[in-house]
Amino acid sequence: MSDPVVQASRAQRQPFVRMRNATMKFAGVTALQALDWDIIPGEVHCLIGENGCGKSTAIKILSGVNIPEEGTVIEIDGTPYPHLTPAQSKALGLHVIYQDLSLFPNLSVAENIAMDDALHSLGRLVNRRQMIERASAALKRLDVHLPLDEKVGSLPIASRQLVAICRGLASDARLLFMDEPTASLTRSEVDSLLGVVRRLKQDGIAIVFVSHRLDEVVEIAERVTVLRDGRKLGTYPAGSLDDRKLGELMTGLQIEHKVRAHDCSAAAPILEVRQLSRRGEFRNVNFTVHKGEVVGITGLLGAGRTELALSIFGMSPPDGGEIRLDGQAMQARSNRDAIDAGIAYVSEDRLSIGVNMRQSVQDNMVLAVLHRLASGIGWVSPASRHATAAKWRDKLRIKIPALEAPVSQLSGGNQQRVVLAKWLATDPKLLILDSPTVGVDIGNKQGIYEIVHSLAELGMSVLMISDEVPEVYYNCDRVLHMRSGEIVDEFVPGRDSEDHIREHVYA
Amino acid sequence: MSQANEPKASTMMPAEPPADRLRELFHLCRSSGNTGLLALLGVLFLTFSLYLPGRFATHDTLVSMMFQLPELGLLALAMLFPLLSGGFNLAIIATTNMGALIMAWIMTSYIDSTGSNAGLIVLLALVAGFLACLLVGAITGYLVATLNTHPILVTLGTMSIINGTCVWLTRGKPIAGFPEVLQSVGNAIFLGIPLPFWLFVAATVAVGLLLSRTRFGISVYMVGSNLEATRYSGINTRNVLIGIYTASSVLCWCAAILMMARFNSASAGYAASYLLITVLAAILGGVDPNGGFGKVSGLFIALLVLQVISSGLNLLGVNTQLTQATWGGTMIAVMLVRYLIARFGLFKPRRAVAKSAPGA
Amino acid sequence: MHSLLTRFKRSSEAYLTAVILLLVVVFGVLTPDFLTLGNWFDLVESYSVTAILAIGLFVVLVTGGIDISFAATASVAQYLAAYAAIRLNMPAPVVLLIGAVTGTLLGCLNAVLIDRLRATAIIITISTMSVYFALLMYFTSGKSIYGLPGWWSDSMVLFEMTTGPDQSVRLTLPIVVMIVVAVGTAFIMNRTSLGRQLYAMGGNPEAARRVGVSLSTMQWFAYGYLGLLAGIAGLLQAHRVGESVPNAMIGGELNVVAAAVLGGASLLGGIGSVSGVVLGILLLAILRNGLNLMGVSPYFFQIVIGTILLASTGITGLSLRRRRVAEA
Repeated sequence: MSDPVVQASRAQRQPFVRMRNATMKFAGVTALQALDWDIIPGEVHCLIGENGCGKSTAIKILSGVNIPEEGTVIEIDGTPYPHLTPAQSKALGLHVIYQDLSLFPNLSVAENIAMDDALHSLGRLVNRRQMIERASAALKRLDVHLPLDEKVGSLPIASRQLVAICRGLASDARLLFMDEPTASLTRSEVDSLLGVVRRLKQDGIAIVFVSHRLDEVVEIAERVTVLRDGRKLGTYPAGSLDDRKLGELMTGLQIEHKVRAHDCSAAAPILEVRQLSRRGEFRNVNFTVHKGEVVGITGLLGAGRTELALSIFGMSPPDGGEIRLDGQAMQARSNRDAIDAGIAYVSEDRLSIGVNMRQSVQDNMVLAVLHRLASGIGWVSPASRHATAAKWRDKLRIKIPALEAPVSQLSGGNQQRVVLAKWLATDPKLLILDSPTVGVDIGNKQGIYEIVHSLAELGMSVLMISDEVPEVYYNCDRVLHMRSGEIVDEFVPGRDSEDHIREHVYA
Repeated sequence: MSQANEPKASTMMPAEPPADRLRELFHLCRSSGNTGLLALLGVLFLTFSLYLPGRFATHDTLVSMMFQLPELGLLALAMLFPLLSGGFNLAIIATTNMGALIMAWIMTSYIDSTGSNAGLIVLLALVAGFLACLLVGAITGYLVATLNTHPILVTLGTMSIINGTCVWLTRGKPIAGFPEVLQSVGNAIFLGIPLPFWLFVAATVAVGLLLSRTRFGISVYMVGSNLEATRYSGINTRNVLIGIYTASSVLCWCAAILMMARFNSASAGYAASYLLITVLAAILGGVDPNGGFGKVSGLFIALLVLQVISSGLNLLGVNTQLTQATWGGTMIAVMLVRYLIARFGLFKPRRAVAKSAPGA
Repeated sequence: MHSLLTRFKRSSEAYLTAVILLLVVVFGVLTPDFLTLGNWFDLVESYSVTAILAIGLFVVLVTGGIDISFAATASVAQYLAAYAAIRLNMPAPVVLLIGAVTGTLLGCLNAVLIDRLRATAIIITISTMSVYFALLMYFTSGKSIYGLPGWWSDSMVLFEMTTGPDQSVRLTLPIVVMIVVAVGTAFIMNRTSLGRQLYAMGGNPEAARRVGVSLSTMQWFAYGYLGLLAGIAGLLQAHRVGESVPNAMIGGELNVVAAAVLGGASLLGGIGSVSGVVLGILLLAILRNGLNLMGVSPYFFQIVIGTILLASTGITGLSLRRRRVAEA
């Protein structure tokens, strides 16, 4: 990259994709406004923006799923098209790897990679040998080994991602779009993915990472394009951006960051964890959370953070050690016991376990306190349900047309507030927040942090789990670093710098 | 917490201007999804009344409809619980027949020739039948909750076992001849309305209240739309599932009593054709086949629609078989209309936005 | 080769084979009549119609769908064909064509409704079942058609071999048709692009749509193919009993579902094989025959089916959960 000769030759090279004036409207609402965007062969390019900024729309125009407004020009290899069809897009070598990877768990690795072979005509016979050859050729190009006969459903996520990349190679892709590729990978898996990307680059294949944050992939990216509200703010050299700059670009807001770091060690201990272990997940974990304290646990994916939280929450009993809540030893046999004792757990996976998306805001908010609203025979009056929900809607300033509206109709930030409301209704002593701002826009993130801070002011103890170092740095009084199931460091924001923590975590 | 909040809620309510409340009421009627069904019911009733002057809209016809409806009605309620939880109970007919056979066996075996102990034995039989159904329901619920298998398969298995046992023990023969007390339940009229219909209305109201006003009912809907999220919220989902299938089986027991009273016999082979019709009635009544949504009121109206169709066609001299065809046909027609409304009707712009929203 | 063997060991086919072998040994020891070839061929013939239906249903299950209406479809196809043969005196090829085409069309009607109305397959097919069957009963008034022409109802033995004093092995038409259907379906599912696409759709419909599989076409084929096989099964059933009884095939739908699931098909789609389904049928056939020869009441058989279904699905479900826990 730093080689001037390489840079010079790249600048002279024709862009592989040239979008000009790309505009897209949905029912009169502009999703993408006059986007001009170039992608050069063999470059690694990041497309970044908040949810709803138009990045998916841009990709869908190129993959032929969306048909843009008139006036749009898409030049591929110098040939202009007013729009693309999915078949055209594929034939031109544009290949999208969606975040869910779009694989077939019930088919083998080879069948997944060589899926194109089965798409030509329905009556054609499957040539197993040709299929295996195609698949192993694609694997060889990446210099990775995967069992060709294995069902994809039984592979770990990182291997599945390789299968998805190989499928793109097998269909002669020249440009790979990867949607949030590192979201569910551990650091070492990310490293090997970056190795794969370097190989693809050498082959002259362009890679576009689509993301709503600046993550590890920026290390090998050359250019970053930022979108906001359907407009392009610009394309920047990757080295010129950091988290803060990017946050400001994406939201258009100047966000003031202040370190919190109160010393709460004098306050009464609320949660005491002693020598807590669970086989294969974490061992000898010791820490204390005091009244009104916000303690962050950071570390890489797979460090055992969520597992630790679930054990404290009573959902997976620990093998050894002790959990004391407010001075009392806790032996939760289920999360019901933990909730009754005063623990609330906001899950990282909002879509599938955090909230009942299709059900109403009201029923979600009262779900965890149904037994308290109910009379002896289980009777729950509509008025008490409504009142409880209304109270928390007002307290957390959730903007909804009606409490009967399904949660799925709300924005990510408001959905997260509904989850918070559900747990605050249980009147917890300890609130465990597992990656509370995943998928939440920066503006709304700030609102959620404010809620957490005011809860701590009121004396609630908070355990905040996050893999984003800035999040714990600016919002916690103390930060614990978890690695391979053990707590290895303790930091105090302010005393230890953000970069210092980052170095330790990503070391 | 509830005590603290209730007064607040009641002071909030009247503060709204009446026009808003009216609009809210209108909105509620529309969102409950029963408007279309009610309209269909009205149109059918009017049509039959006009085509069959003096024959359809008469006291006798209405009373006979009220005699016929409760069996299918109770069975449909029994199917409603599992459907709301995203499951299925294929064993409802088998459970009903099992309950009826147990009660019939006790009644025909232990009542002496003078009938002096009839009251006691009938009571005993009812209790035995109830307990048997309760047990079957609890076991089914436990299996559904723990086997990690689709409820269709679990209940297909229990259906085979229950039905097989009944056929095996009775050699497929009916047990007949019950005391007067029981038979009178089947044909008594109270305040001008058949007793079975009263029973059915009572069961409907009870199920309605159970589903909408209790902790269990709210949990049923929540389990139906997302079991894991509900479990993480501290609801014991295993117990909810056990409750769902137990409630379903207890309703089968109610249906069993009615069938015994009406037919004066019990057999392993009765009502087999009702099994899938109960599903149609529930779906017609607006129950989401994927679980999580549906109201008893919708089911009730759907049952009325099916009954009006079958009684009306019967009076027109249409063969019973053809009537059954119209039930499936009605279901398809209703789905077709819903599809056409969604595709070309009022809601088109909203759907289009939702479907192709950017950044999705 | 090694990996093939380990994969077989983990498959449901392996479990089924083991259970079947065990049953064969047990019944072979308990009843001397069981292990005669003649008995085996009778056994297979008596289950040929169910097997054809289960294979057709399997194709639908692979796509993640379900069909409850196939028995009604088979009955309608059979009756129309019988009507054409007896009342209209049509020649054999036309009659057979009527049966097959009727089945296919009714199956395709299911596909159209499911595809167009975006409704759950089980609801649509319960509805169409009720319509198909009720209309059949209405137009026939429930009356059977007796005395099918000889070309249809005469038993057709394609191969006969005497294996001992008053014992013979007879390869009859239903067995041959069943084998052809099984081999043909296995070929489509495993060796053609169509089969790959059906499995792909069952595994991940959204991904299948994204890579360019036409889900509508898949549904047309799956339900249409089940309809075709239902038509053939209807014709074959009349061949075996020599008459067309409108409600003869109704009521067994759920047993066919049970057989397909026993054979390893999943209601969630994407899983299973024709050989598994055939083994599942074989298991049921052997059980029924063995219990029968041992003098156990045929009424008892239903209890056995239910227990086996619960046991097998329960084991699969629990092992899936255990594996998920182990992975997490």
